[in-house]
Amino acid sequence: MKATTPASPPRRSPPGDLAIWVFICAELLAFGVFFVAYAFARVGHVELFNESQLLLDRFSGALNTLVLITSSYFVVRAVAAIRKGEATLCTRWLLAAIGMGSLFLVIKVTEYGHKLEQGLDLGYNLFFMFYWTMTVFHFMHVILGMVILAAVALKAHRGGYSAQEHTGVETGASYWHMVDLVWIILFPLIYVIR
Amino acid sequence: MQYQSQSVAKLYFIAAIGLFVGQILFGTILGLQYVIGDFLFPEIPFNVARMVHTNLLIVWLLFGFMGAAYYLVPEETETELFSPKLAVALFWIFLVAGALTILGYLLVPYAKLAEMTGNDLLPTMGREFLEQPTITKIGIVIVALGFLFNITMTVLKGRKTAIAWVLLLGLWGLAVFFLFAFYVPDNLVLDKYYWWWVVHLWVEGVWELILGAILAFVLIKVTGVDREVIEKWLYVIIALTLITGIIGTGHHYYWIGTPEYWQWLGSIFSALEPIPFFAMVVFAFNMVNRRRREHPNKAATLWAMGTPVMAFLGAGVWGFLHTLAPVNYYTHGTQITAAHGHMAFYGAYVMVVLTIISYAMPLLRGRAAANSPKAQRLEMWSFWLMTISIVFITLFLTGAGILQVWLQRIAENPEPFMVVQDKIALFYWLREITGVIFLIGLVVYIASFFVGGDEEEATA
Repeated sequence: MKATTPASPPRRSPPGDLAIWVFICAELLAFGVFFVAYAFARVGHVELFNESQLLLDRFSGALNTLVLITSSYFVVRAVAAIRKGEATLCTRWLLAAIGMGSLFLVIKVTEYGHKLEQGLDLGYNLFFMFYWTMTVFHFMHVILGMVILAAVALKAHRGGYSAQEHTGVETGASYWHMVDLVWIILFPLIYVIR
Repeated sequence: MQYQSQSVAKLYFIAAIGLFVGQILFGTILGLQYVIGDFLFPEIPFNVARMVHTNLLIVWLLFGFMGAAYYLVPEETETELFSPKLAVALFWIFLVAGALTILGYLLVPYAKLAEMTGNDLLPTMGREFLEQPTITKIGIVIVALGFLFNITMTVLKGRKTAIAWVLLLGLWGLAVFFLFAFYVPDNLVLDKYYWWWVVHLWVEGVWELILGAILAFVLIKVTGVDREVIEKWLYVIIALTLITGIIGTGHHYYWIGTPEYWQWLGSIFSALEPIPFFAMVVFAFNMVNRRRREHPNKAATLWAMGTPVMAFLGAGVWGFLHTLAPVNYYTHGTQITAAHGHMAFYGAYVMVVLTIISYAMPLLRGRAAANSPKAQRLEMWSFWLMTISIVFITLFLTGAGILQVWLQRIAENPEPFMVVQDKIALFYWLREITGVIFLIGLVVYIASFFVGGDEEEATA
């Protein structure tokens, strides 16, 4: 059995391209600044933040958390598949992850629609300024992540990756995990923690 | 020079340098008017000199960008320009229109100029940096469209590279956002709001794409590092630029009557705007360290490394200094803004245009790779003279600004504007002296084109 397993190169750390890690660090810094600003603003308006938080739809937020974690799992499977040289399988897992990304967007847009119907827009109060800016900023990142995964899936489909050389898949996966990670912090911070 | 049609760039570069001289001359006049208020009055009042100083800067940078595009695009796309004749025709139209506009500023009172040029039909005049008569603005749009048509057609028929696409995106963005110069709502808040769509989205948005593309092109040439590596960094840099810069417009919306949330949005996003510039510094130094060849044009390499450093300091650090709303509440519209403006424009845009000129001009003048060592030495002297001068201009203006903020806005008994201006006059004198040294640096720069022409080329 062992002889048939393709030899894989030694794992590098961090996985993927170094440039994506510069980008990821910059992005985490951007979100970090937002989290600090949020905390800073909340100190002065605890009541307002607590009351406004109750107006959010925690169910759709939780559902979206599950959706993104599932998508990350799919991406993990895609990387595992390409490490074994199974490009078709890798492509399918990536498409599944993109599918979950789309589901996230649909749930989020529905949530946004309800908020706007209630008149809870960007200028409603300080809390909703943060709610809109941070979630829309994250929303844009989900779209960017999907574009990156789609580019990787296309290249995988065309046979551009192998068990030996698949830096691109790891690069895309790293970015997607960052998008997921940010949501995992963002969701409790805005929707839950009081 | 690999393609015949690249030679049109030479015209644009020469005009750019010529107008640069005009800009600096008016800069030294202005600097003196800060301390000797009636210097050259009534022939050249302060407001006219300022208009000429800023307008010339923008116009010569545009000449530089166009020259850069005409030089770089044929080489990137591996094909001749779509129409070199159109490029030459547009050059003369742009130059004559620009010269007439500047003469208009200098020879006729501004209100009279507005009347003469039919501003009543479509009023667009009277806004800072966009003072050009409406017909000049229409001329700019026509020239820009012709230029974009020429460049886009060239890209479409040739090899498609990331550098060409990023440059094209930046140039199209430049033209599209200029259209807001024609939109002048009666409501003053809206007027300012959209004015920034030209001013901010140019210099902190699409111009940065042009800067990134030109820098990446020169770095590929002088370092010989793989295109894939350089293009990857270019993508990271432009993504960071757009993520931070677009919403970063909010740092101009603090006190003009826009909703309060802009104080948060503007502060947070613009605080992140130094990141792409920092990435640019890492990128340029990394590429030069990993170089696969020793390019004989040392001067161009120096400019290419200086650009991101000075852009990071001027646009990044000096921008961050006063970008947070609570800080800006005190510093708004003081000499701190002027300090930032000088170093940011020099570091980002002046230097990148001088970088491409430094790389391309020897080739356009028939050299195989670089100027003679003598010419390069002189050029590198001018690099240090101008760069160190701008650092000191910035420091003196920052000193003036800090004092101004303190005396006029924070002190227990705030003093009136003009009283404070008198008290900080020493800083203005120091700035003026440094400005003259900058002018000397510029003279040395121009001299570098005329020395060592009959000597052998430098070798690596």
